[in-house]
Amino acid sequence: MTPALEVRGLGYRLPGTGKGDSGNGRFLVRDVSFSVGAGETLVLLGRSGSGKTTTLKLINRLLEPTSGDVRVAGERAADLPVTRLRRRIGYVIQEVGLFPHFTVERNVGLVPRLDAWSPARIAARVRELLALVGLDPDTFVRRYPHELSGGQRQRVGVARALAADPPLLLLDEPFGALDPITRVELQREFAALEGRIGKAMVFVTHDVREGLLLGTHIGLMLQGRLAFLGTPDDFRRSDNPECRAFMAAA
Amino acid sequence: MSLLSFYARNSQEVLGLVGQHVYLVAISTGAAIVIGVPLGVLLTRRPGWRGPVLGVANVFQTVPSLALFGFLIPLPFIGGIGARTAIVALVLYALLPIVRNTYEGIAGVDPAVREAGRGMGMTDWQLLAQVELPLGFGVILAGVRVATVVSVGTATIAAAIGAGGLGVYIFRGVAVVDDTLILAGALPAALMALAADGLLGVAERRFAWRAK
Repeated sequence: MTPALEVRGLGYRLPGTGKGDSGNGRFLVRDVSFSVGAGETLVLLGRSGSGKTTTLKLINRLLEPTSGDVRVAGERAADLPVTRLRRRIGYVIQEVGLFPHFTVERNVGLVPRLDAWSPARIAARVRELLALVGLDPDTFVRRYPHELSGGQRQRVGVARALAADPPLLLLDEPFGALDPITRVELQREFAALEGRIGKAMVFVTHDVREGLLLGTHIGLMLQGRLAFLGTPDDFRRSDNPECRAFMAAA
Repeated sequence: MSLLSFYARNSQEVLGLVGQHVYLVAISTGAAIVIGVPLGVLLTRRPGWRGPVLGVANVFQTVPSLALFGFLIPLPFIGGIGARTAIVALVLYALLPIVRNTYEGIAGVDPAVREAGRGMGMTDWQLLAQVELPLGFGVILAGVRVATVVSVGTATIAAAIGAGGLGVYIFRGVAVVDDTLILAGALPAALMALAADGLLGVAERRFAWRAK
């Protein structure tokens, strides 16, 4: 079966000759390959600057790869119109990025509206999704983002990413900005959600405990390369020094 | 002769000049919005043009208004004596605050909001129309407010090149050293500026979206 996401030899090199002093021509991501099937969550783990976020942005083409190949449900991402590609991929970022002038309902219904769903279908979908992420639809549909807590905002962010039922979800440290208690709460709920919605996910974090809790696979990034790829159990037992450094921090 | 009896005796002329004044300000500010907002948007898409464009707009702002009116008179098509020349000069003055605030208003949108919009598959036009312009609207309106208030004042000088407006009384009053006459032009102009400032200020606060 075609995996929801297949990445082969992905690379991203900054423009330039390499002669300057500012890292021109440097590879931010180099020769990264993996695939993620429905119901699987690949956690990309790594230190700051290891290329995790860059890898994510190369998948939905917020950055254009300089080498390699990304396929979403078998189709080459580079061949699709970029807006169509992105509407098939849910995207959740640490800062959430809700539109402050839209109600929760309009925020969650954004992609369905771009795809010209009927208003009745959008309204029903929004209520379904808010319930899924643990927010009471009657209480929240009319609220604005500034009336929500950080945790509630990120729940809305996840609902928004799921709105058009994309087969693939990219999450960039979605719980990184939350207080520790809310973070653990959302991690637990997210672990339960993963099983229910059966999406393919790529989840970027530098928190190894979060990664082990949420990932079906762990990809460890080091200086732009995938230094380790395996199951959480493989990761725990690995004698790769970078894996051990992360396990020591857990 | 008191101001009130002056107005009573010359009500037709006063209304005519007020009308001309409003016309000068409305047409020039309107044209400056039509030119300045797209120009400001363009600067957010072509950051390299920002310095040169704002620089040129800045230069117009520094030319004394009476001199600018004078410079424009000999020019073909846009020059000559009358309202058309005055409107060109007023547009040049109004451009800077409108272009600058459009740029600032859009550049000030939370980068995370922009990234989320792009990441979800909005086109550049959708992002502009649904996110950047609505969120920047308060700041853009602040630029329009500054432009309008400045225009009301500058338009009084347009009378010097035969464009009419309330400046007619002010220049006439200065020439014959008649305070009442100067006041007859200055007072309605000041009230007009205050009214524009107040109304646009209310609108601006209505559209000032909080980032968080």
